[in-house]
Amino acid sequence: MFGMQRKRRIATTAAALAVGMTLLMTGCSGAGGGTPDESDGGDDANLSITMLPKNLGNAYFDTSTGGAEEATEEFGGTFEEVGPSEGTPTSQVQYIQTAAQQGTGGLIVSANDPEAICDALNEARDAGVKVVTFDSDTNPECRDLFINQATAEGIAKVQVDLISEQIGDAGQVAILSASANATNQNAWIELMEEEFAANHPDIELVETVYGDDDDQTSFDKTAALLQTYPELKGIISPTTVGIAAAARYLSTSEYKGKVALTGLGTPNQMREYVEDGTVAAFALWNPADLGYLAAFAAQALITGEITGEEGDSFEAGKLGSFEVDEDASVLLGEPFVFDAENIGDFDF
Amino acid sequence: MIATTTTASARVYKLHARPAWRRLLLTREAAIIALLILVIAVALATVRNFDSPLTVTYLLRDVAPILLIALPMTLIIISEEIDLSVASIVGLSSVTTGILTNAGWPVALAALTAVVVGIVCGVVNGFLVTVVGLPSLAVTIGTLALFRGIAVGLLGTTAITEFPEIWTDLAKANIPGTPVPAIMIPFVILAIVFAVLLHFTPFGRSLYAIGLNKETAQFSGIDVGRTKFILFVLSGAVSGFAGVYFTLLYSNARGDNAMGLELQVIAAVLLGGVSIFGGRGALHGVIAGVLLIGTLGSALRLAGVTSDIINVITGVLLIASVVSASLLGWLQKRRTAAIGKRKGRAGASSDAG
Repeated sequence: MFGMQRKRRIATTAAALAVGMTLLMTGCSGAGGGTPDESDGGDDANLSITMLPKNLGNAYFDTSTGGAEEATEEFGGTFEEVGPSEGTPTSQVQYIQTAAQQGTGGLIVSANDPEAICDALNEARDAGVKVVTFDSDTNPECRDLFINQATAEGIAKVQVDLISEQIGDAGQVAILSASANATNQNAWIELMEEEFAANHPDIELVETVYGDDDDQTSFDKTAALLQTYPELKGIISPTTVGIAAAARYLSTSEYKGKVALTGLGTPNQMREYVEDGTVAAFALWNPADLGYLAAFAAQALITGEITGEEGDSFEAGKLGSFEVDEDASVLLGEPFVFDAENIGDFDF
Repeated sequence: MIATTTTASARVYKLHARPAWRRLLLTREAAIIALLILVIAVALATVRNFDSPLTVTYLLRDVAPILLIALPMTLIIISEEIDLSVASIVGLSSVTTGILTNAGWPVALAALTAVVVGIVCGVVNGFLVTVVGLPSLAVTIGTLALFRGIAVGLLGTTAITEFPEIWTDLAKANIPGTPVPAIMIPFVILAIVFAVLLHFTPFGRSLYAIGLNKETAQFSGIDVGRTKFILFVLSGAVSGFAGVYFTLLYSNARGDNAMGLELQVIAAVLLGGVSIFGGRGALHGVIAGVLLIGTLGSALRLAGVTSDIINVITGVLLIASVVSASLLGWLQKRRTAAIGKRKGRAGASSDAG
């Protein structure tokens, strides 16, 4: 009887100890991993930067994180990337809270939801953290600065410029858009129509079709366009799904190399079509530059060089000087054009 | 002998012969509480910024929905059922709060309606499980999809984010003079209610009987169906309340709010020493289990550990705790069998002596 009780007690204790030791070890190694933010830059300024993308393991955000890390090294700060594994609206809140607890100098966020993380961001700002949003903004009152990747005008103009260059500034073109009520795409299409009318009188925009951001639908609509308009010289697809589907159709059809295709796409989706000559060039912004600029903006806020007032200006390393526009936003610049020359440098 | 020692230990006289401190300390609940204290101590000593009052505020605020829902979930799992639809009820309650507030209802009334919606969800679960007689695992997997579908369908992909500031501030407020969030007041009240209900009322004790053996409980005069029905309704009501809190805390009503929360709740309940086979568990262990997972996550995030690693550690912890319990049970059985062999048929008489 006694033997049994003792044995059981020993087993309980042993089990509890084993679990405890595991925790102790993970806790210690975890603490070791967090040491980078202990060195707080050179001067008084706390140049520790925390990057919080929408989710981790996303090539687009890996690229922007790379840019931000490069910038942080240049101005001598410390850098850390944190983030949820899935991009649900409230999953970022805990990481914002952690940054506030750690007393991070600057937090760079791509918001999963413009409102859900607002209060958490404001609490972090009350705790002295400078908040810069990039890629996806929150409501303006929840952050110090927003780094805007591109304006609607810039996006419309670059696509018009690309297509007119590729078709010799004359002939029929069509647009393959996302859904008929997609806000962004409709705004761009309207601006593109204005741009064609104003500066490219010989180009005729024959039709806008909608692929609903569905691969197969976009593919079928491309085929239909080419049959309806035998004289068609170019297609613009201002959506990443559309341009990839259209490129896939063109690359295996007789129209390959004869009908130009451009629009907004990502290098990884478009690489094979640029390499096989189906697509000469397409546009998007460069996420690495976006992250780089965001990190320099955070640094300028931390050092007090800028406060986010309209008209403030700051230096961003290799990208040059930037000025704060209305609503405390900073524009990265013209969209970036990807072609056969540079597409090998990108992986997102 | 084997059956009585492993499953109905409360009724074995032998255990009560041991000193009270030993009976209280040498339990799984005590082990989890000790582990929680250990984690807090290690975190205080090794993790920078863990000792700030902000940690307490954020930690309790974040685990509050899990703490709340873990209360009825404990009762349900003890009676050998499960409710997987709780997170979907949170989502539906969140959407209800949002839509009604948006339509101009006062927040208090909208919140009350959201709790009623939660109760209705619980009634649906309870009806299907007890009246129709389907297994709760199947029923609540179904209603998990059903309630979530309704929630997302009602609001689409949009979100309602406009709530009167007085209410969102209340959801984020601390108890004056402390870093403890005000949501802990309703939680503590509910925790006391549930603890008394589970541990000190015939209703609560009957849950253990149901969990250990449904038929025996039925023949002992317990209305098994009615009891389970009440549990699912309680679960729905508390989930509805958690949904209101979630909505106001994040100023955000969306159909996909609290996605996956049910697994966090169940993991914490199991870590807290409740047996998934029913009939075993106590509320203080569950509360410690929730706080343990929350504290561990908070400390590891502060230490810069990524979310994947945190999930791995939480998973290993859960498995280790379940394995250690089975291992103990197995050792005990083996020991008992050995004694039984040595003493011949004396196994039963050794209890009395």
